[in-house]
Amino acid sequence: MQTNWVVLIIAFSYLALLFVIAAWGDRRAEQGRSLVNSPTIYALSIAVYCTAWTFYGSVGRAATTGLSFLLIYLGPTLAMLCGWLVLRKMVRIARSQRITSIADFISARYGKSSGLGMLVALIAVVAIMPYIALQLKAITVSYGVLTEYPNLSPPDLSLSDFWNDKAFWVALVLAVFIILFGTRHLDASERHEGMVTAIAFESLVKLFAFIAVGVFTCFVLYPSPATLLSQAGALLPEMERHFGLDQIPGGPLGWFGTLVLAALAFITLPRQFQVLVVENVNEQHLRRACWLFPLYLLLINLFVIPIALAGLLGLPGTGEPDSFVLTLPLAAGLEALPLLVFIGGLSAATSMMIVETIALSTMVSNQLVMPLLLRWRRLHLEESHDLSGWLLGIRRIAIIAILILGYLYHALIGEAYSLVTIGLVSFAAAAQFAPALLLGLYWRGASRNGAAAGLVAGILVWAWTLLIPGFALSGWMQTDFIERGPMGLEWLKPYALFGLEGWDIYTHALFWSMLANLGLLIGVSLFSRQSHMEQTQAALFTNALKPEAEMAAIWQGHASRYELFRLVQRYLGKAATQRLLGPAPTGDQIDSAATPAMLAAAEQGLTGALGSATARILINSVVRGEALDMASILSILDTTSQTLEYNRRLEQKSDELARIGTELKGANDRLRELDRLKDEFLAMVSHELRTPLTSIRAFAEILNDSEDMAPEQRQHFLTIIVRESERLSRLIEEILDMARLESGRMTLSPQRCDLSQLGHQAVEAVTQLFEQRQVQLDVELPDTPCPVIADPDRLQQVLINLLDNASKFADPETPQVLLRLQQHKHKFSVSVEDNGPGIDEAEREKVFEKFHQIEHQQQGQQVAAQRPKGTGLGLPISRGIINQLGGRLWVAEPEVLGGACLRLSLPQALEEDQEVSS
Amino acid sequence: MPEVLVVDDEPNILLSLEFLMQQAGYKVVTAPDAEQAAVLIAGHCPDLVLLDISLPGMSGFDLLEQLRQQPDTQKLPVIMLTAHGREVEKEKGLALGANDYITKPFSTRDLVSRVDALLNTPT
Repeated sequence: MQTNWVVLIIAFSYLALLFVIAAWGDRRAEQGRSLVNSPTIYALSIAVYCTAWTFYGSVGRAATTGLSFLLIYLGPTLAMLCGWLVLRKMVRIARSQRITSIADFISARYGKSSGLGMLVALIAVVAIMPYIALQLKAITVSYGVLTEYPNLSPPDLSLSDFWNDKAFWVALVLAVFIILFGTRHLDASERHEGMVTAIAFESLVKLFAFIAVGVFTCFVLYPSPATLLSQAGALLPEMERHFGLDQIPGGPLGWFGTLVLAALAFITLPRQFQVLVVENVNEQHLRRACWLFPLYLLLINLFVIPIALAGLLGLPGTGEPDSFVLTLPLAAGLEALPLLVFIGGLSAATSMMIVETIALSTMVSNQLVMPLLLRWRRLHLEESHDLSGWLLGIRRIAIIAILILGYLYHALIGEAYSLVTIGLVSFAAAAQFAPALLLGLYWRGASRNGAAAGLVAGILVWAWTLLIPGFALSGWMQTDFIERGPMGLEWLKPYALFGLEGWDIYTHALFWSMLANLGLLIGVSLFSRQSHMEQTQAALFTNALKPEAEMAAIWQGHASRYELFRLVQRYLGKAATQRLLGPAPTGDQIDSAATPAMLAAAEQGLTGALGSATARILINSVVRGEALDMASILSILDTTSQTLEYNRRLEQKSDELARIGTELKGANDRLRELDRLKDEFLAMVSHELRTPLTSIRAFAEILNDSEDMAPEQRQHFLTIIVRESERLSRLIEEILDMARLESGRMTLSPQRCDLSQLGHQAVEAVTQLFEQRQVQLDVELPDTPCPVIADPDRLQQVLINLLDNASKFADPETPQVLLRLQQHKHKFSVSVEDNGPGIDEAEREKVFEKFHQIEHQQQGQQVAAQRPKGTGLGLPISRGIINQLGGRLWVAEPEVLGGACLRLSLPQALEEDQEVSS
Repeated sequence: MPEVLVVDDEPNILLSLEFLMQQAGYKVVTAPDAEQAAVLIAGHCPDLVLLDISLPGMSGFDLLEQLRQQPDTQKLPVIMLTAHGREVEKEKGLALGANDYITKPFSTRDLVSRVDALLNTPT
């Protein structure tokens, strides 16, 4: 026996430790080094399923009704092993829809219906109250047993002096504790990582404590499990029969009923949904949880039967079967083990109360209170930006209210049921969520009205067959109606509805409530129409695991190609629609069905512009062939048309920018190229200028420094200086010409002139030069006038340049040049031909490049090397001038002399072109 | 009497260089391009080469590179002459092993003193 103080101090220390663990988990989450991102922690947190009911009640149930306690763990085991695909789907949906509770989940599935959310929240609060009461009862009873053993008088549960009732204070302390770490802060996340960490820790504590008692019983109290069994077989002769499978209440049907009930409740109990779905941080964690959690259940149930047998053998020292876990070590006179057991029971009870209360308070604030407050206009809440203060306050009040209600239930009717039976009442209520939840995951047709009708009917049947008889049996009202039916109506007897007798009360209640629930859900859904929001959400939920492409397949065959095309075009414009869906349908195609690929493409296109929900609604409107009501279409259009217009303008702008960018890049590239060419040109110009300058300076310095020089040599050097100076001047002139031509600033004064006459003038100008070089010049010019429009000075410059070039490249032995003017239709051509080596095919365009040198021709030609070199600009300038006069200059095939042949052609001037400027 | 080989494709510059070298007391051989210069060097190695860079066909750089690869002309003093005043070309010439680098138009006295310096002749 322990004193009150020791027990209290240990209990509070344990709660403080929990708080520290939770705070640590929260801090790690804030730092981004989440503790709960581990499949093991996840699996352990699911073990919140094992409450005080498991910890104390399993032994109690095993002692009274044999093996039936196992069913409550086989159900979840089956659900976990076979149903993990269902769980995965729920987890994925919860993630994408930011689901906060089971009420939120069901409300979201059925078109985000707030009414349905309220209904689920209300049912959950009512259904879970007994369960919370059960935990309070377990804590107070175990506390009583621990402090007052061996006095085993049942605790006084009367309300008259609740301030003396320990359960009341336990509830209050827990309320404060849960407020402290369940609603410390309210951030964007619906998760409570600190809480999950603490719960996982509690799961380890209760497992350790229970196994410790088991090991003590099997190996300390009795030398071996075999001894215990043989003693039990000898002393409790009825035991063998007692543990037979047929002893389970309700027989085989009871078996099945309890199994199904436990499997459903495992998923639909608010706290289970919280840890399984809402708090799941990684879908992959389910993989480990689906074997680790059943393993946990196996371990915690391993010693239930030995403890129950030992407890029965130890009577009367062990008292009530529900307390065997505690009284067995107490009866053995141990000090520490009972304390450990108390802590284990405390952890089982508190973990359940913490998660359940947080889950319920979230539902109450989000589904019940906030929607009502928001509608209550006097508070002007819809204008307030930050409602988190309100939410926190509501949740805190809800936590206190829920625990107080749990206490009241405990105080008022707690005595009527054993631990296990209270739990099963809650299970049966929570199971009412299963049809709406599970069917909604797979059947798109399940509608809000169906779900609501099913839930209401199911919970009414539950109340009539389990809750109200429970109240009655605890002495609150007459129990006649249980025996004879209300107002003598036999077929309404709560434990034998419609004359169904011989079933255990849970299977009976489950059967009728599920029948009503499922029947109405399916029946009403079949005959009610879903709103577009419901359709959207139903599609999102049922298709949560399918890739996008498969979703379109559902719509196959229902949409006409034309309608689809028109829909998409209305939002995206014609060009984008054709990109998505191909050419617009014509003729016969108008009535043909759209392919799944087209629907998928259309949806994707619309999603990009309007978001997935709206896109789905729009596609749905076409696919189903049923028109959305005008109001909803208009509201969609209102909100989206502005966005669309904005998007379209943005797109235009970005196209424009892209185009300008490309243009700029092109311009930049051209500038770079021009810059490079300019650099090259400058380098060449400088090279060309330096060459004559070098000769001039060298000879000038030589003349300057050498006083005693032969006069002939002096003369020779002076001649060189003069010639090189002339070359330099000519070069500068030509560079300027070239620059003018290239910049388009070369000013020509075109006028009507006679090409033949210009030819004669050019020949005259070069005659002396040709004589000097001993070049024979033949001229073939017609006597008739050859009128062209040209700048006579510039044209003459070109002709002289061509003749000069020809004389330089003519054969050095017998140099010959031919000038010929011919008329071809409306053109005149002038050819200048020499008898030199000619120009290679490959060189023919290059000679018109600036500073191009035909090097090989000069090799080894001493004579040529003696002549003044060309500047390398003559031909480019000539071509530039001719081009500007509207003619052409090119290297042609030699016709007479076989050397190089340069030919220019100019159009013939018309008669009336007397004085026209070009 | 040291022998200088002058290589330039510009006849007037070739003439001026020939005159200057003779006046400075050197024996002068001329070549209008790199190929002929190579033949001359192979026949009789001069004591110094004045080498223009821009030559028809094989360039002055090519000839310099070739000279530096052969053992008997590896140390032959070479002064590069060029009308390109660009720094990169100067660097390239010096990297290829030219002993000096003179930009056209040049000062005749400067040229002669550089040749003298390379041939260790006191001016």
